[in-house]
Parts: sequence; C-alpha cells; structure tokens
Amino acid sequence: MSYIIDRRLNSKNKSTVNRQRFLRRYRKHIQKAVSDAVTQRSITDIDKGEKIGIPSKDISEPTFHHGQGGRNSNVHPGNKEFVTGDRIPRPSGGGGGGSGSGASDKGEGMDEFVFQITQDEFLDFMFEDLELPNLVKRQLSGDEEFKTRRAGISNEGSPGRINIVRSLKSANARRIALTGGKRKKIKKLEQEVAKLEALDPALRDNRKIEHLKEEISSLKNRIKRVPWLDDFDLKYNLHVKDPVPRSKAVMFCLMDVSGSMNQATKDIAKRFFILLYLFLQRNYQHTEVVFIRHHTSAKEVDEQEFFYSRETGGTIVSSALKLMKEILEDRYPVSEWNIYGAQASDGDNWNDDSSTCSKLLMQELLPKLQYYSYIEITPRDHQALWEEYEEVQANFGDVFAMQQIVEISDIYPVFRELFQKKTV
Amino acid sequence: MSQSDESPLKRNPISESSEWSFELIEEYDRAIADIAAEYKLDTYPNQIEVISSEQMMDAYASVGMPLGYHHWSYGKQFLNIEQSYNRGQMGLAYEIVINSNPCIAYLMEENTMTMQALVIAHACYGHNSFFKGNYLFQTWTDADSIIDYLLFAKNYIAQCESRYGIDEVEALLDSCHALMNYGVDRYKRPYPISAEEEQQRQQEREEYLQKQVNDLWRTIPGQHNDKTIDEDFQFPEEPQENLLYFIEKNAPLLESWQREIVRIVRKIAQYFYPQRQTQVMNEGWATFWHYTLLNTMYDRGLVTEGFIFEFLQSHTSVVYQPPFDSPHYSGINPYTLGFSMMTDLRRICEKPTDEDKRWFPDIAGSDWLETLHFAMQNFKDESFILQYLSPKVMRDLKLFCILDDDKQREIEVKAIHDESGYQKVREELAGQYNLGNREPNIQVYRVDIRGDRSLTLQHVQHNRKPLADSTAEVLKHVHRLWGFDVHLNSVQDDQITASYHCPPKPERSAEDLELALPVVG
Repeated sequence: MSYIIDRRLNSKNKSTVNRQRFLRRYRKHIQKAVSDAVTQRSITDIDKGEKIGIPSKDISEPTFHHGQGGRNSNVHPGNKEFVTGDRIPRPSGGGGGGSGSGASDKGEGMDEFVFQITQDEFLDFMFEDLELPNLVKRQLSGDEEFKTRRAGISNEGSPGRINIVRSLKSANARRIALTGGKRKKIKKLEQEVAKLEALDPALRDNRKIEHLKEEISSLKNRIKRVPWLDDFDLKYNLHVKDPVPRSKAVMFCLMDVSGSMNQATKDIAKRFFILLYLFLQRNYQHTEVVFIRHHTSAKEVDEQEFFYSRETGGTIVSSALKLMKEILEDRYPVSEWNIYGAQASDGDNWNDDSSTCSKLLMQELLPKLQYYSYIEITPRDHQALWEEYEEVQANFGDVFAMQQIVEISDIYPVFRELFQKKTV
Repeated sequence: MSQSDESPLKRNPISESSEWSFELIEEYDRAIADIAAEYKLDTYPNQIEVISSEQMMDAYASVGMPLGYHHWSYGKQFLNIEQSYNRGQMGLAYEIVINSNPCIAYLMEENTMTMQALVIAHACYGHNSFFKGNYLFQTWTDADSIIDYLLFAKNYIAQCESRYGIDEVEALLDSCHALMNYGVDRYKRPYPISAEEEQQRQQEREEYLQKQVNDLWRTIPGQHNDKTIDEDFQFPEEPQENLLYFIEKNAPLLESWQREIVRIVRKIAQYFYPQRQTQVMNEGWATFWHYTLLNTMYDRGLVTEGFIFEFLQSHTSVVYQPPFDSPHYSGINPYTLGFSMMTDLRRICEKPTDEDKRWFPDIAGSDWLETLHFAMQNFKDESFILQYLSPKVMRDLKLFCILDDDKQREIEVKAIHDESGYQKVREELAGQYNLGNREPNIQVYRVDIRGDRSLTLQHVQHNRKPLADSTAEVLKHVHRLWGFDVHLNSVQDDQITASYHCPPKPERSAEDLELALPVVG
C-alpha cells in the first residue's frame, strides 16, 4: 500500500531558519568578509553576493573521538601485492593508518568552510546598523500606499464580503416581524379547535371546526410565503482604505568633477555615492535622489550621467549649493520632505568661494536639512573649504558631518561612520 | 542477439520513455510491490513524496529528519551541501528514507523514470522492510511515533527560544550535540516514545526531576543518623555510559526546561543509534533488493532494455569500491560490502561450493530467501560480518588487514585474503564496525557530591588509542551542562595516562574549596 504525494509545491526553504541561525552566529566573520569585499570590488559588481570563508576550526562541532596513535588494525580493499608479514614504511598523512578514526576525521583537510551569501544578505550585512539620521517627518500622502481596515457593516457590498451571521440574523428578525401576528392568530384558532374537539361528539360543530382548520392552513400558507432570505437582509463587511503614513526623503548627491579631480579621486567619489545610493534604495523605498555635478557651474543630471560621463573645468563649489537650494525650493517643500545632502570633493575651490559656501550652508541650507555629509578625497593638506566647513561643523554639529578619505579602503569605514545608527 | 531472438519472452513494458508521471510511478510501485510480496518483503505502508532538488537539499541538511528543531549546525550543513551541489562536486543522494510508519521516501523530480523505480525498489521496499524486520530497529525505535515526537521536540524548543532567548537555547543544544553519541543506552531497551505522553507528563516530570536532583544535592543533614553510610556512599555506584541521561537526571544547576532539551537530544540520538550500527546491512539489503526486484521486472518483460541498462549503470557506480591506493578511496563502501555479502549469501544457498560447505555448513544449500531474511532480522553490522563474510567475498574485494602500531617503525600486513588469513580479516573487519571500538569508551565515574560537586569521567583506552585534540573543547560543553568542575581521566591498564580538566586545572587553593561549600543554616 503506497501513497504518492506531490510535495513540490510545498515551501522549499525549510532550511532558511537554520541558515539564518548560521549567519547570525558567524556574523562577525561575515561582516569582515563583506567589508573586505566592498573595498576590493569593482564598482559595477559592488552589490553582488559574496563567497564567505570561515576557518574550519571556528565552526567545528567537537565530539569525543580517537586521536592518532595507539595500536590500530584496519581492513582495506584492493590488495595487489601484499602478503602476510610484509612490513611497509608508514605512509605520510596516515593514508593507511587512520581509518579506524576515519569516520570522525572527515572534517579535516579543509582549512576553510566556504559558502555563498546572496545579494540581499550581502547588502544586509553591508548596511547593518546604518540609518539615515533624523528621519522624522512623516507625511500623509493619499495616493500611493493604503491599508484596508474593517469599518463595520454596510447594506451594500460585493458578494465576496457577505457577513453571513449578520445577514441571517437580520433575515431572522424580519421573518419574526412578518409572521408574529399570524402565528399568534394560529395559536388562538388551534386552541379554539381543541376546545371544540374536546366537546362531546354529539355537541360538536363540525362545520365550524372545518372552517377554523381552513383558516389555520391558509394562515400557515401565508407564513410559508414569507421568504427565508430577502435581498435587504444581506449585510456586508465594510472595509475602508486608509492611506499609510510614510516618510519621504530626498538625498542630494553633490560631486566635484572639475579638472583638479583626477580619475582616481573621481573613482573614490563614485564608489562613495554608489554605496550611498544602494543604501538609500535598500533602506528607504520612498527616497528620491537628486544628482548634481559641478565644476564652475552646476548641473542636475541623471544617475547614469552622474557616475559615468566626463567633464572638466575649474571649481566653484557654491554653484552646486545654489542649484541645490533652487531645486529644494522648487520641488521639495520642507514641510513634506526629509532632506539630506552628501558632497564629495577634493577640497579645491576658488579662494573666495569657500566662505560663500559656508554662508550658503549655514544660512540657507542646513536649517532645512536633516543631515549633510561632506567627504574630502585628498591625501594632501586641507584647504580653505575644509577650514570653512570646520566652522560649519562647530555650529551645526547635529546635522553636519565631514570626513576625509585618502584611499579606496577608507570608503567603507568612513561611510559606516557617517551613517552609524545613533542610539537615543 | 540470437539468444534474445529465440527467447519467446514478449516485452510488454510499463513505459518506454524516460519521463515519469504520477500514474507511471503508481504503476511501477504496484509492479514492484507485487514482486516484493513474492519475495516475502514485509513493509510498513509507503508514503512516496515527490520533491524538488532544493527540497532534497533541505531534507539532506536536516540529517533526514522530516521536521527538526532549528539549530545553526543544520544551517551549516545546508550551506555546505548547497555549495558543493552548485559547484557540481556532489550529486544529490538518490533517496532519503525515514524510519517511520508510514515509511516516508523522497523522490527527486529531476530523476528519470528508471531512477524513480530504482529508488522505489531501494527505499520503499529495501530499507522499509529492513526497518520493520531488523531486531535493533524493533527494539530501539518506534516508527509509529517518531514524527509526532519530532514535532513535539520542535515546538518545545521553539517555545524555549521565545521564553529564554535563542542564544541560551543554542548554547545548550551545542553542548548536547557534542555529547550526542554519548546519549544512548547501548544495552537497555528504552521506553517507546510518544509525543502525546511526553507532552502530558512533561510538567509532572519537570517537578519530579527537580525534586530528585534536590534530594541528591541536599546538604542539610537528615533526621536520622546515617552518617556512616554517607561516607562510603559513592555516586554513581556503577559507572554510567549514558552521559546525557546522567546529566539530565543529576546535573545540579540545570533548570527543568534545560533538562527537557537534554532529553530531547538524547531521545533523537537513541532513535538514530540503530542506523549507525547497521549501515552495511541496511544498505546491502536495500541494494540487493533493488537489484533483484528490478531484474525480476526485466525478466518478466515489464521494463525495456534501455531501462535496465540505465539502471545497471547507476547500480554499478553505487557499488563501486575504489582500491585502498586510489585517490578516491575513503574507506570501505558500505553499499559494496553489504551488496556483495547479501549476493554471496544467496549464492552459498543456491550453488554452494566445497569451500562454502566447510565454512557455512548450516546454510549451504538451504532456502536462500529464508536464510537472507533470518540474517536481516537478527544481526547488526558487526555480528553480520562475523557470521557471514565468506572467503569468496574477501577474495573478490581483495581485503587485507594491516596493523599500525605507534610503537613500531613500520606498519605490518597482518593477514590477507588467503586460507590462513580469512579468519583474521573477518574478525578485524567485524571489529571495525563495532561502535564500541570506534568511539572512545567514556563513562561517568565519580561525582563528588559532598565536596566540590565536580564530575569525573573516565576514558578506558582501547589498544592504547588516545583521545583526539578536540577533547578539551568537548569538556567545555560538559562543563556548561554540569555547572561545576569536570575532569576526564584517560586510563590504560589502571594507569591514568592523560587527564583533562575544565576549567583547566591550576593548583587548587583553599579559597576555592570554601566557595564550593554551601552555607548551611
């Protein structure tokens, strides 16, 4: 007797929880591998999954078993030339020796336990414990996301929403109301009939009894004609849609593409923004990104152009800030949006422009912004812009942060530092 | 060619193509069941589940338990399998079969019809009848209730996780897993497990257990004056082989839910214990039957030539034994050994040679089916090999026995497959399948119940084999469960040759002793 069952449609991820437990346990190892990977990868595949290696000894599950040594005798197959009494030099590596303990030795010989994590998991680890700071404003916007909730009972609705209990209750009430009088009458008539029938046969008025019985049956017929369930008995569950409040954020990415920025610095800046961009896309579904690139004049561009097209020229940083301010006023009212800015540059600027920048930031931008971060990509000494920005930081410590990046390997740590989750 | 032309057999195969369908699986299963019944294979009802390869990896990772509690080590197993499968280093197992009633067997959807039929014959009739017939499984496992019990275990552990935290439970399970092989009763028949009762009695047991433990550790002197007895009192009176059982019942600091989890791991270890002792027999039996059943189908014209060729091809690779000097060699292939022995048993019964008559006077020439069934029912690997390994199989596999003594400079060939060596090779091979030899013999020896509450384990060495490096790590786990100092002495001829301590032993100071003494009054 056999039962054959098709289980293919059952969930196939029975091991998911166990897998997560494993990742959870070896979080530190994986985090290290991820952070190494982020630094080493090329820009285009920075968000792929990753092969993670963990030293075998760190994840072994110890059991009691025999070690090397002692007196072992073993039986092996495939004898070719040995005869009883042969003495053979001991092979290195214990090939002939250790199979008595072979069953428990099988974990050895592999120095690393290697496995693959998916892209999602990779990003999870990459952006773990990070957040956009000060994400506070929540906006009720009525057009994108809704949550339905029950809102009582209504008389109209689609058949799928019929509330059976309420419908039958109301049908029952209607039936009682419509037939109550008639039932009372029937009861009375039946009593009368019973009274008449109880009389001595000689005295019985058979015609009257018959008449009464006729009346009873006609009443009963009328009761029967009352429908069991009528259209207006039907009650429906009422669901209403509530717009879901959500946070909206816009991120301004400002990058210097002037002549003083060489290819290597641009590359670092790009990496930083890509990291940022992935982070935003991942953590905040409703986040918009505005890309502004500048040399002597600033220009709003799309993502592709921002990262991959080339341009050169002098540097006026304030042009980008001005453009940011214009876009802000134009499209992102402060009341609705959480606004973030991130700027990357090598620190070069027209001398008299730096003070304009800090003024612009402090007076126009920072009061409206949730957070503004500035990274300076240079191995050299800081210039006027950094000094001006230091003053800004002193005044707006909560919302303004700046860091210096020298090499590619600095990007990820700096990024983590800038967006570290702050415990309140 | 000419022969098949002459033969009057008309082929009327169940199917011609290699595609399978549920109807075909049903038909093959029916045909195989009919033949199996002719061979008197007695089985539990079968529950054949068709699954995808991902699901197979899941099943594989949970060591064949259809539902297991959550633990990172299964995740590790899964990642490992996934990795080697994706890299193509490993094919997935053809089949996983679960010793339960009904007997659950998995078929992979990627397989051809031939492979499905092979798995049905192998798992649903081979392994299944072994589970039902073999004495070890009959005495030690309870096929009717295992699924329910696993479900109970899973839910219980999930509850503990939400109540006491994942980390706490995980650490406890780690420690239990380290001792899993020492959580079985080797000689005593365990009570059958029943999920319902477990649940029902669990509360009672919690209270009862705690009380027992409290009694053992009571430090307030009793009413009557039995001090003299107390001083001689050794605990445990006899060494205890079941470490987990001992810990469950006696560890001083465990809470009742922790004892319950120790118990769950112990019960599951016990359930797998017969499987570890009958690998050669179980696989040999199943392989012998898939071979016999499918060949019978072929003889009756139920399958095509193509079918039988595909079948033979995978059968041959399953029973391939690489020689000891091959890079692929990793010990004796249990499929090969088991299959050769089962096949040879049949040969000894049907066509005994003079040699067989000398070696197996009782069975040479007897009814093969009866003999085979008897062997399947009443042996485990060790005794099966000792009883039935024939000179012919030793010659075919070219078995030889070597002695590797660390006191000698060279290793010695003790015996080979010749007249003077058969007995020796057979004994040694049987010994190799004795779990008692394979695993270090470690038992609970002393508990210092009136002193520092330390637990002392004893390892009795076998052939001077030392314990492996991992011992100190395992001892940490024992320490976590026991809660007080743990010592392990490795003993050879009544001499302690090595000692392990957790926490590692400094010279004990007077302060430690004071701390260990409970304050009375």
